[in-house]
Amino acid sequence: MIRGKVTLRLAWRNLWRNHRRTLIMLAAVIVGAWAMIFSTALMRGMVDDMIQDGIRSLPGDVQVHHPDFRDDPSVVNSIAPPTDRLLGVLEQPEVVAWAARVRVPAVVSSERNTRGVTLVGIDPDRERELSFVADDMADGRFLESAEDQGLVVGRKLLERLETDLGKRVVVMSQDEKNEIVDRGFRIVGVFESSMQAREDGFVFAGKATVQRLLRMGNRVSEIAVLGTDYRHVEGLRRRVEEAAGPGVVVQPWTELEPYLASMMGMMDGFVLIWIVVVFLALAFGLVNTLVMAVFERVREIGLMLALGMTPAHIRAQIIAESTLLLALGLAVGDVLAWATIEPLKGGIDLSIVGEGMELWGASAVLYPALRWEDIVLANVVVILLGFIASLSPAWRASRFEPVEAITKV
Amino acid sequence: MPAVRCVDVCKTYRQGELEVKGLDHVSLEVGEGGFVCLSAPSGGGKTTLLNAIGGLHRIDSGEIWLADRRIDGLGKGELASLRLHQIGFVFQAYNLIPVLTARENVEFVMEVQGVPPDQRRARSMEILEEVGLKGLEDRRPAKMSGGQQQRVAVARAIASRPTLVLADEPTANLDSHTAEQLMELFVELNTRHETTFVIATHDQRVMGYARRIVRMLDGRIVDDTEQEAA
Ligand SMILES: Nc1ncnc2c1ncn2[C@@H]1O[C@H](COP(=O)(O)OP(=O)(O)OP(=O)(O)O)[C@@H](O)[C@H]1O
Ligand SMILES: [Mg+2]
Repeated sequence: MIRGKVTLRLAWRNLWRNHRRTLIMLAAVIVGAWAMIFSTALMRGMVDDMIQDGIRSLPGDVQVHHPDFRDDPSVVNSIAPPTDRLLGVLEQPEVVAWAARVRVPAVVSSERNTRGVTLVGIDPDRERELSFVADDMADGRFLESAEDQGLVVGRKLLERLETDLGKRVVVMSQDEKNEIVDRGFRIVGVFESSMQAREDGFVFAGKATVQRLLRMGNRVSEIAVLGTDYRHVEGLRRRVEEAAGPGVVVQPWTELEPYLASMMGMMDGFVLIWIVVVFLALAFGLVNTLVMAVFERVREIGLMLALGMTPAHIRAQIIAESTLLLALGLAVGDVLAWATIEPLKGGIDLSIVGEGMELWGASAVLYPALRWEDIVLANVVVILLGFIASLSPAWRASRFEPVEAITKV
Repeated sequence: MPAVRCVDVCKTYRQGELEVKGLDHVSLEVGEGGFVCLSAPSGGGKTTLLNAIGGLHRIDSGEIWLADRRIDGLGKGELASLRLHQIGFVFQAYNLIPVLTARENVEFVMEVQGVPPDQRRARSMEILEEVGLKGLEDRRPAKMSGGQQQRVAVARAIASRPTLVLADEPTANLDSHTAEQLMELFVELNTRHETTFVIATHDQRVMGYARRIVRMLDGRIVDDTEQEAA
């Protein structure tokens, strides 16, 4: 049996026998652990931002549609507004916000140009918490109610239409009987978005106004629901599905935005690779330190074997030393990472380099996201790989010949 | 049944072309509770024989028995367990773990055996006092003289109450008075607990305490005499 206490005591004392070497190695582990966690938090922050932005651009974490809406997003494939049963779920605290929208293909014409867009009829009070438009108003005003007669368009579209705030445009679409319907709108607000496609592709009007235009009564195209954690939406999706009843499909954002979803999956893989790479840089130092420590102690290791410690004891001893060193470094590194990320929670202003970043769909303020899963992952990977790295020195130590140690003068 | 039985043991050291006979057809029996001195000039084979009995050497031929167990040919793990639980060692050249204090060194074997802490502590304190190291319990080996270190090693060898003590020059580095104290301690343990002692030495003071002296030369046993212990 391996006696834990004596092993740990020996490990601890042996570590501090060569202060300088241990401190250098410890510093390397601390910096490594800090770098793993800190940079992971930055990357997470960046990707979180991109994904959340993506989800917020219109979707919401979970959405209710007509089964054919995705193939043909026209007014034909509309659904009834939320029933009382569905409202019961939507009023739960696990739902941060929800909105029912009308969403149809349409054509916008100014006196100079015509563009194909998506016309979205919204209830502004509901969208405020859900999608980006309200926050990103650059000019004019946001819609005030579902009855609002005005139109909110993106800056880019405004330029393409060669028109201006306050001017009138005509919006044209089809009703349920495929009859052309149209209506004049005054542009009351202009929004800007970090993604060009949004500025270009969406126009917003009051939901009731759009419903009247399309002669669809109180029916809507989609019900979007925003939960508390975009990473875990399956529970919410199931409850919405149960409450929504038959005749509709309820999908998570990962299905609606497969590109964003794959980005999230890739990110998890990338974090692991990054942690392993940083560890590999450490591993050379670690193995080197251990090998030196082992060969300096040929005699006492031999002595311990001669006294009746088994080779397995000796292996445990060396592995304990390595693990202790790593655990110590990790503990300090974890705290250091937390201490450096915490003050940056409010966001790091990247506007100096911001122009370039926005092209990638990231915003100019980076909010580092420290996730305990990542901290655990980094710690587990380091301990696990550290264990593997110390196997070879431990193995060599356990093969020392005891007699050599105790007879040489 | 003898505590130690060597039957026609041979061990040759090879260093390149050179062959040195460490043990040359050695046969020896030590009864339970025996107190034997191995005496030989330097290079006579004392250390080699002790190490062979303690399972630290592979031998070339012959048999080694500890009580009813034949130990030549056992695996490393079995030999380790045997040494841990049955044999107390005082080695000739290197004995103490540098990062442990005197007391921790004495307790080391017991700790690996799994003796409970308070029992361990009581025994180590008692024995350290008996070997004249009271007050030095918390010193590390580097801060002790050669004689003091030697006594810590002796204390460790007997603290775990082994059935067999193999001591290689235990009185080297000791002044006469301390050497005598140590031998008296050995004799006491030998009579009180029936512990078997095999002590390699060329110290006349030590031989005086032995009931039997085995003389070796060039790896062979050349003389084996019983005597009245002092
Ligand atoms: N590892 C080794 N390699 C080669 N020869 C060895 C080795 N160990 C011992 N010998 C040789 O074997 C013979 C017996 O050595 P051993 O150490 O057993 O003698 P000893 O009686 O203990 O001597 P001392 O009183 O000097 O300790 C000597 O000739 C020695 O040179
Ligand atoms: Mg010798």
